[in-house]
Amino acid sequence: MTTIAVPTTQVRRTTRVPSSPTGFLTDTWTVLVRELTPKLRQPASMLFAMMQPLVFLGLFAPLLPAVESGSALQWFVPGIVVMTALMGASMTGADLTAEIRSGSHERLLVSPLSRPSLLVGRALKEVVPVLFQTAVILAVVTPFSFDLHLGGVLVGAVIVSLFAIGLGALSFALATAAKEQDWVFWTVQQMLIFPLLLLSGVLLPLDGAPGWLRFLSDINPMTYVVEAERALFAGQFPADAVIGGFVAAAAVAVGGVLVGVRTMERSS
Amino acid sequence: MTNHTDQRPVIRTQALTRHFTRSKKTVEAVRGLDLEIHQGELVAFLGPNGAGKSTTLRMLTTLIPPTSGTAEVAGHDVVRSRAAVRRSIGYVGQGNAAAFIQRGRDELMSQARAHGIPRAAAKARIEELLVAFDLQEYADRSVQTLSGGQRRRLDIAIGLLNHPEVLFLDEPSTGLDPQNRANLQEQIRRLHEDGTTIVLTTHYLEEADALAGRVIVIDHGVVIADDTATRLKERLGDLVLLGFGTEAEATAAAARADSALSGPTTVERAGTQVSIRAPRGADSAPALAIDLAAHGTPAIRMEVHAPTLDDVFLDLTGRSLRESAGSAGSTTTQTEGAAA
Repeated sequence: MTTIAVPTTQVRRTTRVPSSPTGFLTDTWTVLVRELTPKLRQPASMLFAMMQPLVFLGLFAPLLPAVESGSALQWFVPGIVVMTALMGASMTGADLTAEIRSGSHERLLVSPLSRPSLLVGRALKEVVPVLFQTAVILAVVTPFSFDLHLGGVLVGAVIVSLFAIGLGALSFALATAAKEQDWVFWTVQQMLIFPLLLLSGVLLPLDGAPGWLRFLSDINPMTYVVEAERALFAGQFPADAVIGGFVAAAAVAVGGVLVGVRTMERSS
Repeated sequence: MTNHTDQRPVIRTQALTRHFTRSKKTVEAVRGLDLEIHQGELVAFLGPNGAGKSTTLRMLTTLIPPTSGTAEVAGHDVVRSRAAVRRSIGYVGQGNAAAFIQRGRDELMSQARAHGIPRAAAKARIEELLVAFDLQEYADRSVQTLSGGQRRRLDIAIGLLNHPEVLFLDEPSTGLDPQNRANLQEQIRRLHEDGTTIVLTTHYLEEADALAGRVIVIDHGVVIADDTATRLKERLGDLVLLGFGTEAEATAAAARADSALSGPTTVERAGTQVSIRAPRGADSAPALAIDLAAHGTPAIRMEVHAPTLDDVFLDLTGRSLRESAGSAGSTTTQTEGAAA
């Protein structure tokens, strides 16, 4: 225990602090900056996170079969980007369980920050690294058999971000519902991400799959996101695939935020 | 902020009620609370665990909506104008306000941004609070490396960042050692002297007694007493214990004391001991002892106890607050089953 001192100065009304009501974007920015600050203060952990998809790519890409139409990397990389988003965003809630337990989440609930901004800001915290990871992946694979189409990649980044915001909000809702029980959060999160991943055709194409598997793949929004990314990363803009990916990602985002806000309102 | 807004209460509740449903049973945590708290008051909600203190605080701070009834804080309805209420209040919860992975200064800044305070003004305010709570040394360390007392000071600094009209503290001293508890009370006292309206919950009698100008005793979700600690105790009166040589003498003395003392006095005899509960009992005890001796029943020993808030609680509820607080968790004192 350190020495104890009583306050030496008055803590009230020395200076009147100017404050003003804040909007959704300001609030979201506040939440995002708060979330990213501890990470920026530990650049080593950031660097490690950046390397992860490269490790995956390095160990998996050599196993890819040669394909007649273009390079296997061209097919594989967009899927890896979406997978990175899935992995990152689905963990949004993990930090929240710690904050629910310690009490800092409660403080934010009493602060003027709006409920949706708490969700979206936190989810964006997972999007920012995903975008950096995408840039790193592209920088590494472009010298090999991969053609970079910047316009397509940028549109693709928007779709992936929307998808990640929705997933992050759902992860947040899961953590809120699980309250202080970490294992509930992790069990459900693990139970959901692998089916989502495998059914989206990220790792293996589902062309020859049996009907029931194809059906499950068809109702997986991630499938459409992956298809859109594959087209966009190849510099193509087929309307059906791009709109399909955009609609799927937007639906996940809107649905996720709605579920998240509802869960938050009910939990406290 | 002026000091002559006293005509309008800072906090006003009308029939404020909150039910919870736990395994298909309705728990009436708060049952029809009517309260008025004015600018500059320092109020303690005192009661055993599960009495409804924290539930009340959670409604007043917009964390949970009331089941029925209304509450206004700083002139704003806690349901219809939640955002305005949140801008006007400071809240120090039972947990820590700063996340463990964050640095104290960063959390103060995020709180400032949440309140829409521009960066430069926020920096000045943060410096002011760090000095006031003796936290400059620890501001740039991660919160998990701070001691319990340092964290609590940081919590209060975060709660005060926006110059709140009302500061709510939920069990602020739970888990603190006696030294830090005394320190915290000193800080709360200073805030009160500066004019902040403060509402805190506690199950520590000493804390309510030492700190609060006004004590609101809550039990089973209703207010059972609401006054200054001094008056609550005065009304109950001092306890005078007299010991006698024989039971017969004690019986005679009890009858004599009952007629000799005026006012709301209770006299009880157990064996050779007579216990008298009387307002200003300490003042009347010497004369009473002389009077009893003159009537042939001399007391052979005498004890006088000033009342404590625990005595007040015991008198009001038939239970000791110390026992209730001690058995936290094992027994719930919430009223169950009696759905309205």
